[in-house]
Amino acid sequence: MAVTTIRNLLVEAFPGGQVDVADRTGGGDHFQVTVVSDAFNGLSLIQQHKLVNAALAGPLADGTIHELRIRTKGTA
Amino acid sequence: MSTLQNQIKQVIDTEPVVVFMKGTPDAPACGNSMRALQALWQAGAPITGVDVLPDPRIRQELSAITEWPTIPQVFVKGELIGGADITEELLASGELKEKIDEALGDTHPQTVRTLALAPD
Repeated sequence: MAVTTIRNLLVEAFPGGQVDVADRTGGGDHFQVTVVSDAFNGLSLIQQHKLVNAALAGPLADGTIHELRIRTKGTA
Repeated sequence: MSTLQNQIKQVIDTEPVVVFMKGTPDAPACGNSMRALQALWQAGAPITGVDVLPDPRIRQELSAITEWPTIPQVFVKGELIGGADITEELLASGELKEKIDEALGDTHPQTVRTLALAPD
C-alpha cells in the first residue's frame, strides 16, 4: 500500500523524525505528508521541501504519487 | 540546450512573478495551481501564468532546470519559491507579501496574464 511505502521512505530519510502520511482523498494517490525532523533546522522552506521531494523521488517519478502536499518543521 | 529550455529560462528570468501551472489563471485545471494563484493574488502579486498541459515537454524541461518534481512552481524575480504549500505558508506568515514588495516595489500594479510557450 502506497501510504506504507511513502512512510517507510520518509522514516528512512529522516531517522528519528516524526512522520505522518495521509491518503487525502482515499483514492491512493493524493497524499499529505508531515515531517518534523532536526534535518530541517536552519533550512529555508524550499530546502526543506526539496529534501522531502528527494526522499520520495521514486514514487513521484513512477506516478504512485499523483499529488503531494508537504508540511515540514524543524526541531530547533 | 533545447530551445524550449531556453524559452522557459527566459520566462523565469524576465517575468516578475510567474507560475508554471496546470491550466491558465482564467481556467485553472488543478486545485494546487488554484491555491498558488490565490495566495499570490492575496499577497498583491502581479501574476503571469504558464500552462504546462499543452505539451508534456514543458513540465519535463522545467523540472530538469529546477529539480522540483511537482506543479505548480512559483517564481519571484527568477527565484523558485516553491509549490502551492510553500506559497500558502509564506502568505500566512506575511513573508510572501514582503518578498513581493521587496522584489517589485510597494506600488507595483497587480495584473494577471497568460503566457503561452511555443515548444516547436
